[in-house]
Amino acid sequence: MIKLDNVTKIFNKGQANEVRAIEELSLTINPQEYVVIVGANGSGKSTLLNLVAGSIRPTSGEIILDGQTVTRLADYERSRWIARVFQNPLSGTAPDLSILDNFRLAALRTQRKGFGIGTTAAFKKQVQEKVATLGMELENKLEQPMGTLSGGQRQALTLLMSVMDECRILLLDEPTAALDPRSANLVMEAANQLINNFKLTAILITHNLKDAHLYGNRLIQMGEGRILQDFATVNKSKLTQNKIFEWFS
Amino acid sequence: MDFYITALLQGLCFAGIALGIYISMKIFNIPDITTDGSYALGGIVTGVMLTHGYPLSVSLIAVLAAGALAGALTGIIHTWLKINALLAGILVMTALYSVNLTIAGRSNLPLINTASVFSVFGFTTDPNLNNLILLILVVAIITGFIGYLLKTDFGIAMRATGNSETMIRALGVNTNRMKIIGLALANALTALSGFLITQLQGFADISMGIGIVIIGLGSVIIGETLINWFKLTSVWGSLLLVLAGAVVFQMVLAVTLALGVNANLLKLVTAIIVLLIVSLPRLALLKSND
Repeated sequence: MIKLDNVTKIFNKGQANEVRAIEELSLTINPQEYVVIVGANGSGKSTLLNLVAGSIRPTSGEIILDGQTVTRLADYERSRWIARVFQNPLSGTAPDLSILDNFRLAALRTQRKGFGIGTTAAFKKQVQEKVATLGMELENKLEQPMGTLSGGQRQALTLLMSVMDECRILLLDEPTAALDPRSANLVMEAANQLINNFKLTAILITHNLKDAHLYGNRLIQMGEGRILQDFATVNKSKLTQNKIFEWFS
Repeated sequence: MDFYITALLQGLCFAGIALGIYISMKIFNIPDITTDGSYALGGIVTGVMLTHGYPLSVSLIAVLAAGALAGALTGIIHTWLKINALLAGILVMTALYSVNLTIAGRSNLPLINTASVFSVFGFTTDPNLNNLILLILVVAIITGFIGYLLKTDFGIAMRATGNSETMIRALGVNTNRMKIIGLALANALTALSGFLITQLQGFADISMGIGIVIIGLGSVIIGETLINWFKLTSVWGSLLLVLAGAVVFQMVLAVTLALGVNANLLKLVTAIIVLLIVSLPRLALLKSND
């Protein structure tokens, strides 16, 4: 469960370039909800996601994950609950490290990175099996540096990496913004499957209104740092794609 | 001939600096020039400890701890106070000059009839060969340690810290802590070079560290050129080529001196050699793009 209680985020407070990114926002996301957030640029979507992830801290208000207040915890301390997929495929993986090394780190997201060698033959086999499910024929290229792969392949692997370790919350920040339409569809489908199979609580930020209509069981429209509209399961299924398009015209 | 053996021995002594710079510059992507200070610190601590009759083991631990402390300090200034890494390194390096002078009490510490790692084992009667075997052993041990470390889960997290910080933070690693540990490790290795060279040349000097960072940079850059040449991605291969870089660099310097270049111009020659090594691949690239 994700709960934001009266959260405000002001950048450069008191200066000429002050930006009120989030204004007294309260939001409760229940377990296994897949929330899609849409909104114009500057509406506060990414700030909201960064507040949940801990990359930035709120000016006021509290953030609660699974009943525990995490407002003061840094991003690396919230990785116990949260896995992330970034807009930039480069941000979610380490390009110079092998695919296997990337997966090893992902498998230890909630754990200590110790002084043993974890990239064993058994671990490699486990990763091979998981990677094979993507059908991208990467399972025999695990020693290859991540940077040699395409953006779509990297995003798909990042998704897979998020469930290598215990995961409750998945944050998707425009994961397909940098991808071609075909790769974008593959990544969105892969995300949908993972969220269903692993019963994850997920937040997706997207500018693709078709995806916003197709995926998730709750739809939120943001504007000027506030929630403008909020459609839960039943209501979301009644929304037509055209209706969502009208919000932006 | 002796001339080249000396260069080889020096190259092996500088392996610590080369590996240290490799860790800070290549693994963590931080330009750390605490090196000048931590190398001299290593030498001075060695000189003071040995002339006061402390055993080698205790002196070695003190040297490593002193180097690590210097590196950690640069790391703390860089991460906690968010000060540019170059400036943080310069600050610590500058401060260390006074620290070194205070520890030493004077500017030069000759080691006469003191314990020395080079006389612990008598492999052969030829002193040069004996030194060579010992240095190869020491370098093998530290390379083995670093190579293993980089292969562990912790080591993978270290490598990811310099490669994709957003990713590794999202995977639960405190990157500030990691950078402090990395710089501590790098400067402990640098201090180890000070420890070895002080005993090899028989004295520690307050100015021994001036411009030493270029030796590490040169070694790593030669190593990197070789790495690209052989298209290596393995950790072990990279470490070995960086070591080779350290030796090649000293050899090139030795050859230049043997050709009759004035020893006063040594630092100038060093700088020019590093410039050449850095620019050669680019010049070749420019040509192929024509």
